[in-house]
Amino acid sequence: MLKTVFAKFARTMGPELLLSAEAARAVVGGRRSRVGIDVVQVSRIAESAARFGDRFAERLCTAQERADIAAEPAQAHERLAERFAAKEAALKAFDLCESGIDWRDIEVQSRPGGWGLALHGRAAALSGDSATDVSLLLSHGDGHVLAVVAAAAARPQS
Amino acid sequence: MNPPDSLTIDKLIRTVLRDHGRLQKDPLTIADRDDLFQAGMTSHSSVNVMLALEGALDVEFPDHMLKRSVFASVNAIREALSQLPGTRGLQ
Repeated sequence: MLKTVFAKFARTMGPELLLSAEAARAVVGGRRSRVGIDVVQVSRIAESAARFGDRFAERLCTAQERADIAAEPAQAHERLAERFAAKEAALKAFDLCESGIDWRDIEVQSRPGGWGLALHGRAAALSGDSATDVSLLLSHGDGHVLAVVAAAAARPQS
Repeated sequence: MNPPDSLTIDKLIRTVLRDHGRLQKDPLTIADRDDLFQAGMTSHSSVNVMLALEGALDVEFPDHMLKRSVFASVNAIREALSQLPGTRGLQ
């Protein structure tokens, strides 16, 4: 199933995604795995930012995320789209869509060599042992951002 | 922005859905219980709907309401709004 999903997106988003799929497989290994995927159109995020102003980012992003976005003003909408897609992918991966989670409890962190995802508050509490070894993969193509969140549970698959 | 007095909650919800929901059905006539996500609303457009409602009514959806089901139908949105301080007097 996962292979089919990745193959579908790879047709439109290029070989970078195939590498991401392999990375995701490496992360989940033989343990119980959780994967969430989300795709957003950067221009739609730009529309939301224009319509709702700072409130859009303030509602979705932590102060650090907003600072990271502001550090690249020419790419602000793309950076915001990355955060949004990552948070939605995380909600799906950890089955939190019906849990009433503040988006700011899911924080995208820019780390050397890639991205990280930190869970806070209820997001951290409810994701339990699924929140170990979390990997965030972001891919860009044709005005879209694709986010994949993959996590392996602390316990081996029984 | 405050809605005109004559604007009911139902009309406000449907107007916001028209402007922000990106539905494939007419939001002004969609049934109260129809699934808005099945009608084309995405997680992103549901956030837009939430922010537009908050702006129109000067309210804020609390964390426990930030879930997919709260924005899944006109009925669900109306029910959620009815629980927010500041909207209880509106029809």
